[in-house]
Amino acid sequence: MSTIAPQFRLSRFVASLFDIIFWVILIFSLVGLPIVFIVLFYIKMPVINGQMLTPYLALTWMADPSRTLPIIKTLIHTTFFHVLAFPGFGFAALLAAATIFVERKFLAKIQLRVGPLYCGKVEGILQLMGDGLKLISKEIIIPAKADKPIFWVGPLLFVGTAGAFVSLIPVARGWVVANPAVGLLAVFATIGFFPIISVLTAWAANNKWTFIGGLRALHQMIAFEIPLILSLLSIVIMTGTLNLSQIAESQQHYWWIVFAPISAIVFFICILAELERIPFDLPEAESEIVAGWLTEFSGMMYGLIQLGTYLKLYAFAGLFTVLFLGGWNGPMVWPPFPADIVTQGITIGPITAKIAGLPLFDQDMLNGTLWFVIKTVGVILLILLPRGVFPRIRIDMLLHTGWYKLIGLAFINIFIALGLLYAGILGPGGLIQ
Amino acid sequence: MTTQLPPGIKLETVDDRIMTLNVGPQHPGSGHMRLIIKVDGDYIVSCDPDPGYVHRGEEKMAEYRNYIQNVPHLERPVIHDSSNILYPYCLAVEELLGIEVPERAKYIRVIAAELNRCIYILYWLAIYGIFLGHSTMFMWPAGDRELFIDLLEAMSGARVTHAYLVPGGVRNDLPANFEERCLRQVDYLEKRLKEYLAVFYKNPILISRTEGTGILSRTDAIRLGTTGSVLRASGVNFDIRKKEPYDVYENLDFETVVMKEGDSYARSYVPYLEMFESCRIIRDAIRKMPKSGSVRTKLKPNPKGGNDEVYKRVESGRGALGYYIVSNNRPEPYRVKISVGSFRNLICMPYLLKGELLGNMPAVYWSLNYWPVEADR
Repeated sequence: MSTIAPQFRLSRFVASLFDIIFWVILIFSLVGLPIVFIVLFYIKMPVINGQMLTPYLALTWMADPSRTLPIIKTLIHTTFFHVLAFPGFGFAALLAAATIFVERKFLAKIQLRVGPLYCGKVEGILQLMGDGLKLISKEIIIPAKADKPIFWVGPLLFVGTAGAFVSLIPVARGWVVANPAVGLLAVFATIGFFPIISVLTAWAANNKWTFIGGLRALHQMIAFEIPLILSLLSIVIMTGTLNLSQIAESQQHYWWIVFAPISAIVFFICILAELERIPFDLPEAESEIVAGWLTEFSGMMYGLIQLGTYLKLYAFAGLFTVLFLGGWNGPMVWPPFPADIVTQGITIGPITAKIAGLPLFDQDMLNGTLWFVIKTVGVILLILLPRGVFPRIRIDMLLHTGWYKLIGLAFINIFIALGLLYAGILGPGGLIQ
Repeated sequence: MTTQLPPGIKLETVDDRIMTLNVGPQHPGSGHMRLIIKVDGDYIVSCDPDPGYVHRGEEKMAEYRNYIQNVPHLERPVIHDSSNILYPYCLAVEELLGIEVPERAKYIRVIAAELNRCIYILYWLAIYGIFLGHSTMFMWPAGDRELFIDLLEAMSGARVTHAYLVPGGVRNDLPANFEERCLRQVDYLEKRLKEYLAVFYKNPILISRTEGTGILSRTDAIRLGTTGSVLRASGVNFDIRKKEPYDVYENLDFETVVMKEGDSYARSYVPYLEMFESCRIIRDAIRKMPKSGSVRTKLKPNPKGGNDEVYKRVESGRGALGYYIVSNNRPEPYRVKISVGSFRNLICMPYLLKGELLGNMPAVYWSLNYWPVEADR
């Protein structure tokens, strides 16, 4: 290589940190404090617990953990937080962003490259932000004869559907955005939207390549949805429930991958096809049909599709974890919360502070989340791996795989599950002791 | 609204089932050319290759420069196979001007040509990999190619456009320690090629995608005038290095790679096996090369060819590559005609793609060992 990476200099990094702190203080004192006084002067403040809520009081509360923590704790258990941050969109988007970075470095290591290197000084960790800013700042070009409303709404629908899928995945015991009794059916209903969105946007773009790509996406997803549903039928037979949380709960002792390995393999292959990943990336086959059904998307519209794709990747990996790898179940490795902090307080030098609001999350939830994330990341890495070793499959072989081989394989495990059930080895809810 | 057409001109009738696709010139899978493909569903009904987007008039340019000045621009059509495209030109000019080439120069030329053949095939293989969606096979050969590029850089001073072969020998002698370094890197390439076999050629998806697609029978291959690896993959034992040996190829130990299948897989596998033969040739040439001596016969300034014409051809990375040079007692050639393998292999593309799936288009197209820039000259 003739180029070398720019060296990371700690001194410059520290200097830039000081720079940022200086500007924050300056702007706060020049703008923030005058605003506080203007607010105090003009706006009538509410009275809470006999005290008038001035900005000073608000700041005091923020500085006093024992008064703030209950507020945060209440916030954490609101639906708003669930949807936006923890088991929902924010958590998934964070994992998706990590996935994109890991995929690029991982693939680069397979291919004897270095991958992203410059952006963000340390191994290119800010590359994704750079790419995102680039996509946001790019012009959105819409073909002249496109069906504009549908073309506009396509990426939004895609992200929305992916988000709906994410909301069905239970991360830890009781931590799930939506917990319908027929969770698995809701999953099938949600992923049934993706081919429709693909073919709609492909048609709306009024381009031959998008048209071919959209039709390929439609064929592929429909061909693989049936083995996907059939492969999960054996799980439903063994657990006797469609609720994802209960399915995860039923695997406290044995994971279902032990009893349904064929289903797991079929489901994994179907995941690859549903996600349009290599070797099943026919709808976006570059050397054949330019970029398939994404050909006409530019700027942030393409960025939204990519975001949706990676959210979908996370959701499928999470679903695999919940159904086959025991979800949040795992040995308790998270250390218990030290109760002294609440009862006796922490002593820092001369100060002893009792913090009443802690702990924010209980040990069970943190441990469950840890195990869920570890398993999901493992599945995501397995999904990423074929991109480094496989070429693209052909459409006739793809349909043959979906309609013929995988359906047959999925049936085998249904019979195995039925056999286990009638032999009295398994009962609804797990092994019969 | 109907417009009155001029007499004698008819509108083309269009079948509603047939969709016409312009693959290229701005398509990621086309190269510098256009394929007008008509598809019925996913099946290709007809394919009409449309080359000529990168025509640069190399042949006409050659008529305005003298025999030495022609060297750097004639290698431009295939810059990553530049020694092989200059080889027949040098042979032809030497015969025209009656120059004797030193023995050592002949061996050095063979080494340069074989190194360049490997560079070309690795580049071709990289693009074949990415055409089939195998991104690792794009990166590996493109990286391993650098080692041979470094060797040729040490020999000639330039990374890609070497202009190393000149009429009368080679431009300069080999650098110190070249033999040792060359043998080491040839060993490394052979080791890496075995890894390619595991990751690419033995890949079940690749085999199922390329085996039995785009079959070119032996008779068709001969009838259509194909050449190079396409011809050898169809079972014809034809290699100019064996049939009409030039320079020192008759002294060297190598074999012609022939496969019988004639499908896309065989056409992609033959160049891969030829890299092993190239490595053999390089080893043998380094062993048999005279260790010292002149490498270039100096020409007179502005040499004039007689009233003569000459045709010389060599085996390039894409097949037979011939130069037909006519001179008329002037320092410049009267006419230079380059006959390239790429253009001859392009002819069989409509035959091979007819009735194939659209997904087979990249696999068949790039297995033809076609280089658009060379075909357009």
